[in-house]
Amino acid sequence: MDFTVNILALGIPFSVALLLASLGEMFNQRAGVFNLGCEGIMAMGAFLGMLVPYGAGHGAPVPGTFNVLGLLLAMAVGALLGLLFGLAVVTFRAPQGIAGIGLQMFGVGTAGTLFRHFVGGTQSVPGIDRLPIPVLSDIPFIGPVLFSHNPLVYLTFLLVPAAWYILFRTPWGLRVRASGANPRAADSVGIRVNLVRFQALAVGGALAGLAGAYLSLCQVKMFSDEIIAGRGFIAVALVYFGHWRPLKITGGALLFSFAQALQLAIQGQGIDFPYEFAVMLPYALVIVVLAFSRESLLLGPTALGKPFNREMRT
Amino acid sequence: MTKQFKILYRTVLILLAVAAAMLAGALILWTIGADVTKTYSVIIFEPLKNKIQIGEVIIRAIPLTVIALGISVAYRSGIINIGAEGQMAMGIIAATAVALAFPGLPKAVLLPLALTAGAIGGAAWGFIPGLLKAKLHVSELLSTVMLNYIAAQFYTFCLRGPMLDPAEITMGSGTPQSMRLTKAIWLDRLVPGTRIHTGVYIALFLAFTVWLLLWRTSWGYRMRAAGAGERAARYGGIGVAGCLVAAMVISGAFAGLAGAVEVAGVHRRAIEGITGGYGFSGIVVALFGGLHPAGIIPASFFFGLLIVGADMTQRMAGVPANMVLVLQGIIILVIVATRMVLANPYLEDRVRRRYCRLTDRGREE
Amino acid sequence: MEPNTGKITSLRVEHITKRFPGVLACSDISLSVGEGEVLALVGENGAGKTTLMNILMGLYRPDEGRILINGEETVFRSPGDAFAAGLGMVHQQYMLVANMTVLENIALGYTRAWSPLALDLDMVRARIDEISRKYGLAVDPDAYVWQLSVGEQQRVELVKTLCLGARFLILDEPTSALTPQETDELILLLRKMTRELSIIFISHKLQEVKNLSDKVVILRRGEVVFEGSTADHSSDDIAALMTGREIHLPRNEAPECEGKPALDIRGLKVRSDRGFLAVDGLDLSVCAGEIVGLAGVSGNGQRELAEAINGLREVEEGEILFFGRNIADHSPRDVIDAGMGYIPEERNTEGIVPSFSMKENFILKDAGSPRFSARSFLKLEEIDRNADRLRTEFDIRSPDTDAAAGSLSGGNIQKVILAREISRMPRFLVAVYPTRGLDMGAAEFIHRRLLEKRMEGIGILLISEELEEILDLSDRIAVIFKGRIIGTLDRRTADSRKIGILMAGVRNDEAV
Repeated sequence: MDFTVNILALGIPFSVALLLASLGEMFNQRAGVFNLGCEGIMAMGAFLGMLVPYGAGHGAPVPGTFNVLGLLLAMAVGALLGLLFGLAVVTFRAPQGIAGIGLQMFGVGTAGTLFRHFVGGTQSVPGIDRLPIPVLSDIPFIGPVLFSHNPLVYLTFLLVPAAWYILFRTPWGLRVRASGANPRAADSVGIRVNLVRFQALAVGGALAGLAGAYLSLCQVKMFSDEIIAGRGFIAVALVYFGHWRPLKITGGALLFSFAQALQLAIQGQGIDFPYEFAVMLPYALVIVVLAFSRESLLLGPTALGKPFNREMRT
Repeated sequence: MTKQFKILYRTVLILLAVAAAMLAGALILWTIGADVTKTYSVIIFEPLKNKIQIGEVIIRAIPLTVIALGISVAYRSGIINIGAEGQMAMGIIAATAVALAFPGLPKAVLLPLALTAGAIGGAAWGFIPGLLKAKLHVSELLSTVMLNYIAAQFYTFCLRGPMLDPAEITMGSGTPQSMRLTKAIWLDRLVPGTRIHTGVYIALFLAFTVWLLLWRTSWGYRMRAAGAGERAARYGGIGVAGCLVAAMVISGAFAGLAGAVEVAGVHRRAIEGITGGYGFSGIVVALFGGLHPAGIIPASFFFGLLIVGADMTQRMAGVPANMVLVLQGIIILVIVATRMVLANPYLEDRVRRRYCRLTDRGREE
Repeated sequence: MEPNTGKITSLRVEHITKRFPGVLACSDISLSVGEGEVLALVGENGAGKTTLMNILMGLYRPDEGRILINGEETVFRSPGDAFAAGLGMVHQQYMLVANMTVLENIALGYTRAWSPLALDLDMVRARIDEISRKYGLAVDPDAYVWQLSVGEQQRVELVKTLCLGARFLILDEPTSALTPQETDELILLLRKMTRELSIIFISHKLQEVKNLSDKVVILRRGEVVFEGSTADHSSDDIAALMTGREIHLPRNEAPECEGKPALDIRGLKVRSDRGFLAVDGLDLSVCAGEIVGLAGVSGNGQRELAEAINGLREVEEGEILFFGRNIADHSPRDVIDAGMGYIPEERNTEGIVPSFSMKENFILKDAGSPRFSARSFLKLEEIDRNADRLRTEFDIRSPDTDAAAGSLSGGNIQKVILAREISRMPRFLVAVYPTRGLDMGAAEFIHRRLLEKRMEGIGILLISEELEEILDLSDRIAVIFKGRIIGTLDRRTADSRKIGILMAGVRNDEAV
């Protein structure tokens, strides 16, 4: 019983970074843009998120507003990087896969460069504390699993239905889906497809930035070059796995983070198993999951990865 | 008139692209308060100032060339190999394992054996994503990235476990590295006073082979057709799935071989961080070299320069070496965007008409 | 922007010019349409009709010229502006999002139902209801577009355009995917609509032009070559003006051939991309030295049939006997080696590798054959020789054989494909829409070559939507409907009416 509670209570906060980034990537892909640079945006977010509170307190506790400012800065720069990617792949119509790798290198490289200049070595920050919800967190089992986390965890899980509503029940969501599924049709009724794609990229970038900042402020409470460790790529894979639907994506993110929590728990039990192989597991799991979730673009963004050019005559 | 315009148009666009890339890099440099011109001049000119440094540039250009050649074969065949980093690591492990297992063999046997083992190690690691893409439509972008992480862990595991230098256990600091490998797998040094090794010949030979394969054989024709027009290739009776797998195997073999050459030519033991981003730099080199061997050789020299130069900026301009990753990222974005802009006939046509109107008006006046 | 809801009493286009790289799509075009008028815009493929209409809808910006509505100059920066002005267009390729419902598709343009945080779908539903009643156009708002037939999709397009407030309709080849009977219904409907709307419709079917339009404008190579009242001119006059020259497409007048069956398909079942049985128990046989025309509304399994014959699509059930040997589910390579030639539907992406040079495209199926390679090394000189010969023989217009195939015009691309397929000396040929989108000259060339091959004793399966093409070339005509052959007609007894009835899914014996 305790073991289960531990794994669940540990797994839920683990899923947040993946979930935020995946939901962002979902908006990108629904609009028809495949942003493999998610990893790079997350790295920048992780660095900027911790930079603000670190700069204010140099490791000492700082008022919560600095943490919030860090989150906002991470989101703003994430959105900017999304727009930069849009410049390359929407305006100039560069192939998205390879451009995404460029963005990833740029983001990881820039975060590393700035980190060495502004912070220097490994420095931890107090970060954002847990905020157990009164009364609810005292319920046995459910309390520690669901209601004893930091505020961003609650926020992220509220974001899931919100993302669903935005995508399927608002005019903007309709425009996003049309731009990704049939940009010509969207264009023919006056929707500015490339503008919608830029908007989606900004939203996706902001969420990826937030996901990065969550890692450095809530999960690890410091920054290092390897802090993202492929979570950006896993987030992209989860979008395929979740067939571009918020609920399925959430399921995927939880599956991954529970697996990770389980792995940590087993290691904690002192079972002799090479550490490196344990770390490999999530990556291997991604490959297995991808192999068994065949993309069905017919349900989702049919024009994914295809730049829109009105004048191109087919 | 049209030809003159075309040259002018392309030149201006390429200059704009270079300016954009340098400006984007400068933005980051300004943010950390570095001297932009000094940084750029250190990166580009400092490594050329003496023989040792030029040698360092060349020994970095060797793995870059080999990896970029492999990535080009894959790219031309319609599959983007981001996994060279992992394939290289597997190549290093395979080559090191052979050298550790047969220390008594003569050089004429052991060296080719180790290099082949390296190529096979990389090829196996390239085969997996190739097969997954061909049979199950798994995006190679994601699977190769994941395999990089897996290979990196496996590499660390080997260096800390089965391959760990016995001397490190008894008396050393426990640094995860293998013992110094037998001289029988060392590649000879070419120029005294530098670390340039005979891997140069291997790289040049492979460049020629890739050119021959892609543009002079029916196999290369099929692979390029599969990459340039998958549906047309299928229609033409070309086994696209086979081409994808073959391309990834070749690509992986090249990366694995690059790893083996790096061990045999430079480090002479497996240590942590040999791959050091070569797999990613190889992508930039391949694109910068126009996915053609004739372009890749100079491109890998240029990026060798950047890597060596970036190591020096830390000391000489206070700019962290991570800056090279920033520049590479920018260069990828700028190249892929510029290629599309150059290939946009609509834009060219519009600019041409405006240009003609301008020059005509100039003539009338 | 509050849409203006007044009537459009006149629409004038003055001196419109639009260039694409290497093409002058519209050159100094002027025309006008008055209240309640129907203007037919006629011309060959590539004459600039669609480009002109896309300019009217704000999809393209004209290089020169202006548009006037009710005498006022109007500039459309985007389709949204054109909608706001009351113009609506039904494009030839329907502009519907397949994985959305009809309701969502219409909501996409119906900005009045938008507010930042919610989409008023009930309002859209009411609007659809209103329009459906008014014009007698029934649609199911909750159906997904991909579930609808082509005819139903077109109805949705019309409803959508009307819901968005169109008071001036532009229809781009509205009947090209309809059966003759559906076409008649549409024309009746459009006539009714002219009480409230003006219409421009693009067509190259002269019968429709005569039946529907008041005025006719003929475009050729981007220029207006004729403008006048429809009633004053006969179909023949219009046809002559359209092509600019007298072209008589060759006809198959050869005696019937009594060859052995070359291709014999039995009980074939093939699934479409969406997973349903697109070919559902099809039987068809073609003899050597015979052209069998396969007529049918597109989307009834033609594509899947052609792909299955050529090994490009999995066969669920049934046999494809090729000279007695079952080639069902063999690889494309096997089928090619058995002697099959194939002119595919998608000439730009399937028939050629666009970025490859013309000469490289000529060896697409033979890179490994001893003719073009020895011990895996390509014989470059032989490849050059072959390309030069085919370029001359097939009159492919291009400066040299190194030009990228994708940069050629549609007609020349089709000639490259034809040259490759015919020069390989096939025993049989499957030709899918071989002249779609080509000008008359190129079509004539291709028809002659196909007839020549027939005379040489090669069997040909000709899949086409153009009834004229089928009637001109075929020895026998089979009609495909929902993946089955619904009827086969002999050349001597077939006419477009009989074929049309079959295309609509009505068996001969049930008709009239």
